[in-house]
Amino acid sequence: MDIDLITNILYAMVRTGTPLLIVALGEMVCEKSGVLNLGQEGMMLMGAVAGFITTLLTGSLLFGFIVAMMAGMIMSQLFAMIALGLNANQVATGLALTIFGTGLSAFIGASYVGKPIEGLNAIAIPVLSDIPVIGKMLFAQDLIVYLSFVLFIAIWWFFRSSRPGLVVKAVGENPHAANAIGLPVMRTRYLAVAFGGAMAGLAGGYLSLAYTPLWAENMSAGRGWIALALVVFASWRAERVLLGAYLFGLASILHLVAQGLGFAVSPNIMAMLPYAATIVVLVMLSRNQGRSKMFAPISLGKPFHPAG
Amino acid sequence: MFFRLEPRGEQSRSMAYLSPVLAGLLTLITGAIFFAVEGQDPLFALKTLLYTPISDVYGLSELCVKAAPIMLCAIGLAVVYRANVWNIGAEGQLLMGGLFASAVAVNVIESDGFWVLPAVLIAGMMGGGLWAFLAAWLKTRFHANEILTTIMLNYIALNFLIYSVHGPLKDPDGYNFPESAMFGDSALLPTLVDGTRVHAGILFAMLAVVVIWVLLSRSFLGFQIKVLGLDASAARLAGFKDKKLIWIAMLISGALAGLAGASEVSGPIGQLVPQISPGYGYAAIIVAFLGRLHPVGILLASMLMALIYMGGEMAQIELGMPLAITGLFQGMLLFYLLACDVLITYRIKLKTKKPTLVRG
Repeated sequence: MDIDLITNILYAMVRTGTPLLIVALGEMVCEKSGVLNLGQEGMMLMGAVAGFITTLLTGSLLFGFIVAMMAGMIMSQLFAMIALGLNANQVATGLALTIFGTGLSAFIGASYVGKPIEGLNAIAIPVLSDIPVIGKMLFAQDLIVYLSFVLFIAIWWFFRSSRPGLVVKAVGENPHAANAIGLPVMRTRYLAVAFGGAMAGLAGGYLSLAYTPLWAENMSAGRGWIALALVVFASWRAERVLLGAYLFGLASILHLVAQGLGFAVSPNIMAMLPYAATIVVLVMLSRNQGRSKMFAPISLGKPFHPAG
Repeated sequence: MFFRLEPRGEQSRSMAYLSPVLAGLLTLITGAIFFAVEGQDPLFALKTLLYTPISDVYGLSELCVKAAPIMLCAIGLAVVYRANVWNIGAEGQLLMGGLFASAVAVNVIESDGFWVLPAVLIAGMMGGGLWAFLAAWLKTRFHANEILTTIMLNYIALNFLIYSVHGPLKDPDGYNFPESAMFGDSALLPTLVDGTRVHAGILFAMLAVVVIWVLLSRSFLGFQIKVLGLDASAARLAGFKDKKLIWIAMLISGALAGLAGASEVSGPIGQLVPQISPGYGYAAIIVAFLGRLHPVGILLASMLMALIYMGGEMAQIELGMPLAITGLFQGMLLFYLLACDVLITYRIKLKTKKPTLVRG
């Protein structure tokens, strides 16, 4: 394996891991507030289709990404209305969001399948991107990848050192106590869900505007679900989400590695890898029942009825 | 918000049955508005979607063809959901069923024994059952969340199916198309009515509905499954073997989905192709909820879901709308259902002014 191959694999790993990182960070914030939104896949697809159509019609990538985030956010509020506003089962509502988002995005995007757009270009930072091996991976990416680095640091800091981060955690751990000391439980949860939606939308937009630049039905291909597993894998910690996202990015591009090394493996067999890896990771983590329970926000998935 | 939710105290039975009807009505109204926005005559569009497909005998026969796999998957889901196990993997189990059935069928094309068809169908049930059991075992042995494992297994099954039709199961005389050889006559399900595609799969589905009905309402096993779903610790306290119950429920669910897949490849399709299911396994989740996990409800809801599939095709032909309209209506229906289900446990009260303290 020569240096060039390693450099390119690392570059592709970060690029492929980026949508997973963004959607998983969003979901992590949402889950920290005690809300389990299984609708990531649906919100990603809506972000992908809305962003793609916007960019196709306006020619502006910036508009595309903004609309993608808005689409994800609107979808998340649909979830919030039913799961938080009406106290419906969060698992079922999230599932419904995915089914609905998949259907709606396929419908909206039907006449846009296969249309070409000019995708987001990489911006190589001078000097830094010339560092051997890691230069290309960290400093020759596109803007959304750089944004995802910032996002990661911001969320890491948010939960580590900020007061609002503490509020979100309190609401997720014990909503009744949080309510009793006057923290706005419901408002925090709505906002956390909205943030998760915006991130899922952005991740979807990344797929259709930068990663593949095109729209295809179901193009997120389970990434929203993998992100949900990632949050468990990361035991709700940002730095582990980052690590996990890139590991899964690597698993998704292993076929490139195999090609580079001269192995001929069926692409369909290789395509199973990230899903199989997800199962393996889940098994390894859940083996010890107490462990994942210990890290999960205590009120995760449980509805909260404000007194009265 | 201008209304508030007031707990009913006990669950309303009538609301449990009314909620799907209400959700259906809301979907119709939203659908009408949606068609009007799209520039269609709303009434004509709804008629095209929901009535035209079944306005003749052939249409009704096609309804049975489409309802059969959905019903098989959904009735199996009713069993696991009663056990409070969230199997989202009916789609993957269906695909594995089709794959296993095809693996047997393409190897016995020449033989005409009476055992061929049963062998194909049993292989299908084993394929689906195995796929579901895998998730059940990961759950009971390693506590791996079954929602995520079954979803992942769906994607793996789909890739495995595509790999198979490109590789080991590809028809050697098939001009390199990703398809298996056509099955021999002895591996095909008999057609029930001449001139239609109605095959024995609908009989399997009906039979499954009856058997599961008996299982859930008349058998000790069904009782144990229901207790486990309502209160896992009570089930354990009563000495029920919870792991075994989860295994059995998942095996039943997977085997029925596998049978659905086997019936598709040896019924209307007649060979293994990459697209053996337009998401029947996912539609079955909606059907299970819509049918209130009750066999009769599932029978009716499967018909409705099959109709929406046909309506989507009809809307594509008659109105030039995308086929994806099916998924849109399915998703909308499920959303409204969950919203209406709130009425089972809560009363909606309009918000009135808060009483203020009267100071003397």
